Amino acid sequence: MTLGDSAVGLRCSQLEKRFGNLVALRRVDLEIAPGETVVLAGHNGAGKSTLLRLAAGLTRPTSGRVFIGTAEVREPGSARAVGFLAHQTMLYDELTAKENLVLFAKLLGVPEPVRRAENLLAEAGLGERGDSLVRTFSRGMRQRLALARALLSRPRVLLLDEPGTGLDAGGLAWVAGTLHELHRDGVTTVMSLHSQPELAAVATRAVRLQAGKVAADSAAGQALDAVLGMGAC
Amino acid sequence: MGLARATGILLGKELRTELRSRELVTTTAVFVLLVIALFSFTFDPSSAESRRFGPGLLWLAFLFAASLMLQTCFLREQANDTLSGLRLCVGDPFAIFLAKLAANALFLLLTELLLLPVFSVLYNLPILRVWPSLVLVLLVGDVGICLTGTGMAAISAQARMRELLLPLLLLPLLTPVLIASTEATAALLSENPVLRWDWLGILLAFDGVFLTVLWLFGEYLLEE
Amino acid sequence: MGKRIAGVVVLFLLLALTTYLAFYYAPVERTMGVIQKIFYLHLPSAFTAFIAMGICFTANLLYVFRRAPKWDWLGVSAAEVGLPFITVVLITGPIWAHPVWGVWWTWDARLTLTLVLWLLYVAYLLLRSMIEEPDRRALLSALFGIFAFLDVPLVYFSIRWFRTQHPQPVILGGPGSGLEPRMRVAYLLVWAAFTGLLILLLRSRYRLEAMRADVETLRREVEGR
Repeated sequence: MTLGDSAVGLRCSQLEKRFGNLVALRRVDLEIAPGETVVLAGHNGAGKSTLLRLAAGLTRPTSGRVFIGTAEVREPGSARAVGFLAHQTMLYDELTAKENLVLFAKLLGVPEPVRRAENLLAEAGLGERGDSLVRTFSRGMRQRLALARALLSRPRVLLLDEPGTGLDAGGLAWVAGTLHELHRDGVTTVMSLHSQPELAAVATRAVRLQAGKVAADSAAGQALDAVLGMGAC
Repeated sequence: MGLARATGILLGKELRTELRSRELVTTTAVFVLLVIALFSFTFDPSSAESRRFGPGLLWLAFLFAASLMLQTCFLREQANDTLSGLRLCVGDPFAIFLAKLAANALFLLLTELLLLPVFSVLYNLPILRVWPSLVLVLLVGDVGICLTGTGMAAISAQARMRELLLPLLLLPLLTPVLIASTEATAALLSENPVLRWDWLGILLAFDGVFLTVLWLFGEYLLEE
Repeated sequence: MGKRIAGVVVLFLLLALTTYLAFYYAPVERTMGVIQKIFYLHLPSAFTAFIAMGICFTANLLYVFRRAPKWDWLGVSAAEVGLPFITVVLITGPIWAHPVWGVWWTWDARLTLTLVLWLLYVAYLLLRSMIEEPDRRALLSALFGIFAFLDVPLVYFSIRWFRTQHPQPVILGGPGSGLEPRMRVAYLLVWAAFTGLLILLLRSRYRLEAMRADVETLRREVEGR
């Protein structure tokens, strides 16, 4: 299942994040084994986005530590092993789709950046719109492009914050298919979801966050569907 | 990925964006023109006074224009949180600053070169005979302005009232640049033009100090 | 508590003593007359402001690298306490200059530098007021503080060099030169008193900031339950 020494997991140790008065995460301990596909469930404000941003290295923890593999996360990107999809698309409106992908691919040091960009555009169903400005894209198209961007460096760990946002049935199918393939290749995926059963179906584990703490974990014996379905999502 | 290469890639992006919209250079140029014209209404630009006040007014116009132009620097990256995207992909965050610094300095220099002939005509000051040295002074001064300006733009982008805050933070810091650039320019536009290496030296020292500061502290400026 | 009151009383007595020294004990200066005595206020204020600036800079550096909130408390305390001292310098300058030279303001090197410093202090404090989140506020103001502090020598040199190129009548000639021994005593004691005042104010302001942080922590704990 895993690709030998490239299998990489995620670990949070007593992870805490405060924003002034607001406590987003309270001493979270979470261990995700290499190759797992985990759904992070929870209400708005439960701490899902914060956890993902901490794992990506975009924010520093107030206390506690995050590990990708055996290395502690100290800076964004963690040596390009991590792919990240945020709430915001992180795309330049004034550049074309292809220019966006090529830019990030070049920065990541991806070999043959233009070819990789074209391939991903095709896979995402955006092959024909590659030379259009992102400004002209619909929400769903931007989301596809954003996900394509996250996959540029063939990351071993994928962190997705609500990947289903703005996607139609076709888009969701593509994402679900891609996640399935990645899971087969041993990529560790952590995604926060609200209620997209198409995507949740790919998961091997579900963790529910509530008020900054882990409230339920399917790895601790509870049924996956139960963890996902508990409470209004 | 080396710093130079990453900076080159990012610089390409900055330039391509500006080339497409051309909004930054044009609006900044018009603003400088406006300031120069307005200044001339406040005193009688006779020959002697032009020589005395001209260089100072020119640099004041550049400083004000720069503090407006630099606003967009990081605000652009906030629109879709592309700054996070860059931070995730770039190895050394200093590359982000270097690229923006280079792009801003280039745009500022371009604006200044566009306005110099106009200034020369309006204030009757000869620039042609000293133009290489003048460009040198402009360049070194612009680097100083954009060094501190890019740093302060990163700070003010995260605060309230950022449009007002940026000039407030930037202009006091630029006192040495204003003085040194004005003096160097005045010397070049005087009856016996001479390139003042002492003032250029202060500008170079300023650039050196703040390049180092930006290098040491840049990643903290971008922290979330 | 008792120790604190004792400290304030001692300082008060010291300040009273130095006032006496400045006005009665030290002789009247030959050329300028009584107005020269304002230097007993002007110069020590300047020194104290510089010390405060140095403390602020050190605190800023320590915060950026250590991230302990106490360095942020020290930084803002030093800046807030230093500002009045700098303002005193800016006010006593013109008060002295007017009877002596007939002008309120002189653009000489030291006073101009002081004005720029004042602007930098104010910018630092204004920046802080524009950022709500405490961690962001601490980090960004510390970074600005570092920029500002390293700018100061450059400001000084450029202004000074400018003044040597465009000489003005020397107005603030070294009042420390050729000091009578009684003047020297007065100066030293005033400076000691001001340093004591700085320390006292700094500690109070720091304590206030620390208490504010405690209140926030308590509030968070209550809300968390």
